[in-house]
Amino acid sequence: MTGMTGDARRTGAQILWEVLVREGVDVVFGYPGGAVMPAYDAMLQYPIRHVLVRHEQGAAHMADGYARASGRVGVALATSGPGATNLVTGIATAMLDSIPMVCITGQVGSKLIGSDAFQETDITGVTLPITKHNYLVTHVEDIAPTLRQAFYVARSGRPGPVLVDITKDAQQASTDFVWDDRPVRLPGYRPDRKPGAEDLKRAVALIDGAERPVVFCGHGVVAAGAGALLRELAEKGEMPVASTLLGLGGFPASHPLSLGMMGMHGEAWVNQAIQEADLLVALGMRFDDRVTGKLESYAARAKKIHCELDPAEVHKNVRADVALVGDVGETLRALVPAIAKRERRAWLERIESTKGDCAVRDIQTLPHCGRLFAAHVLHDLWRITEGKALVVSDVGQHQMWEAQYYKHDFPRKLITSGGLGTMGFALPAAIGAKLACPEEEVWVVVGDGGFQMTAAELSTIAQEGLKIHVAVINNGYLGMVRQWQQFFYGGRYSATPMRSPDFVKLAEAHGLVGLRVTEREQIAGAVAAARASTDTVVIDFRVEQEDSVYPMVPAGADLHDMIRRPSPLVEPVQVARAHFAPASASETADS
Amino acid sequence: MSLAPPAAYRTFIAYVEDLPGVLNRITSLLRRRNYNIVSLTVGRTERPGTSRMTIVVEADEDAASRIEANLYKLVNVLWVEDTTRAATLVRELALVKVKADASTRGEVMKLCEVFRARVVDVGPEALVAEITGNADKIDGLVDVLRPFGVIEMVRTGAVAMLRSAEATDVKAA
Repeated sequence: MTGMTGDARRTGAQILWEVLVREGVDVVFGYPGGAVMPAYDAMLQYPIRHVLVRHEQGAAHMADGYARASGRVGVALATSGPGATNLVTGIATAMLDSIPMVCITGQVGSKLIGSDAFQETDITGVTLPITKHNYLVTHVEDIAPTLRQAFYVARSGRPGPVLVDITKDAQQASTDFVWDDRPVRLPGYRPDRKPGAEDLKRAVALIDGAERPVVFCGHGVVAAGAGALLRELAEKGEMPVASTLLGLGGFPASHPLSLGMMGMHGEAWVNQAIQEADLLVALGMRFDDRVTGKLESYAARAKKIHCELDPAEVHKNVRADVALVGDVGETLRALVPAIAKRERRAWLERIESTKGDCAVRDIQTLPHCGRLFAAHVLHDLWRITEGKALVVSDVGQHQMWEAQYYKHDFPRKLITSGGLGTMGFALPAAIGAKLACPEEEVWVVVGDGGFQMTAAELSTIAQEGLKIHVAVINNGYLGMVRQWQQFFYGGRYSATPMRSPDFVKLAEAHGLVGLRVTEREQIAGAVAAARASTDTVVIDFRVEQEDSVYPMVPAGADLHDMIRRPSPLVEPVQVARAHFAPASASETADS
Repeated sequence: MSLAPPAAYRTFIAYVEDLPGVLNRITSLLRRRNYNIVSLTVGRTERPGTSRMTIVVEADEDAASRIEANLYKLVNVLWVEDTTRAATLVRELALVKVKADASTRGEVMKLCEVFRARVVDVGPEALVAEITGNADKIDGLVDVLRPFGVIEMVRTGAVAMLRSAEATDVKAA
């Protein structure tokens, strides 16, 4: 049945849950407080699971992780003032990665607004630049239509977080609950765009004429569920595919046409291929500075086709020769049948030949020196889980190693904070992901720094009885900053050595299981033990302290200007000395 | 690619929903995207519930198209057009208070007349001229009055309207 259905009188608080139920929400992440107590009281009557977080930032990241894993809208709930401001980092994270999310906050009574009342914050003002849209609701009649709009805006077009701030008196007041399930219409909001026929024709001509094309798989491919279409495009034109960090899994890593990740920590041959390409077909990505390096020299020989839903992203960083503004899936549906089937052997062979010394610079292929490297952990984890786990990574070195060594063949199996780079994201986001996809084997990959930012959510995991594996890549440093200090700041380690608590005991203190791994030989056993456990297991991987992520394109450098991992097979003497040096010189910071 | 030279100032007309906070959304967007607002005027329109803005921003051609696209991303923005290159009427109103005593009043008033400015208030030591026109015309008046001593000036900022007989086409509204 469609249309307006009147029901009965409800309080604003009840209406909130009535709408959430009708929007298909099954779990809400939140934390109660004064201005949201009516909503919490009403919640008990409704069939929605509530996850009590330990900090509202966790609620926002959980809603985010839920959305990324499932494609559905995640919901976070918080009180006014500090409850609302604690959401801010999570909202900004979701905004930069275009994640559909609705954050509901309680607000002081409408008569008190502007009076600096207890726990009053102008949260719609605060979140204005970091939400797709936000609302302040002061009348009970507005709650249902506003929330409905909020869900619609969050999930349609380029998705994003929407905040709805509802005053306490609006929650307490009553009205006739009317559910209008007709499609939402907003006069100025046009989420559905389609590329023009002329532009499509020009794109097809460019693709057919290209000898050295590279197709880019961005987050938009994952968000649009367009992986299969991308595969058709790549196979029909025999075109290699490079991925952004958030695009990983949108195209299978094991596919022969998959190049891997591009950008600052992309593989050397990927960046090299981009620099040599005569055509880039960019799908659902926005040429972030971490992807392009120096813009002036970026893919200078390539024409660019930019397929992107958001017209504001077109020509922003890189000028497109053809802009196909619209849903990536729709665009691919038009492109795939139109392009010519052809081979591009010479180009693929050329890329293969540039791999050159990449293999001997890979830590995996270096002779074993008895030390545990993060890359070993990620590689072995990938192998043991057969690449099928849902991995939630945090931000820093381990995030890049995960992207390099855990080969994702499926979309929505890597969840990470790409745009904002939010440390502390992984653990709470994994909780959201696990609740969205209970059947998935969820692994958190997190550094010792990021883990401590939101480690309190271990308590949430314990209370909710969730099974999530946590791999702490513990090197006793804020590793990525340390790496930059090593490369660019004369090796002055300012504020990067970090002492951590005993993570094994920390897990045990939460009633969870803790394990420690210090040698590569122990990885398989620990991972197997974690998988066999009925509880969440935290594994403290004590990895090489001063290892760096390679290759690296320094910020603002040419994309082909990479710092490479020194290899004893390429630069024999000094590297060999460093590689085989006794580990005793660099004991972990907390031992 | 456009061959037009980059313009320092771009003028946009925007129709927006007349709701609390919408002006803030516009200015917040321009601030956060690092564009400098030269002037911004807002007022009601012939359509109930719809406000109209004329926004003048420092921007080149590329930036202008991104500003337009970003404004469209605001849910409350109904219609935007960059009218910089279009045939447009642009008007601004200024009040200029200038020193003018018995010895200089005649000359000042004559200059006002040349610029089609109206003298709207006269006192023993000063007078106030009201002028409507585009920014160049107002700047011209101010320049010739400056030697007499401009005491204060207030300008409304530009309002713009397309010249064509057609009404601005707010399809969505």
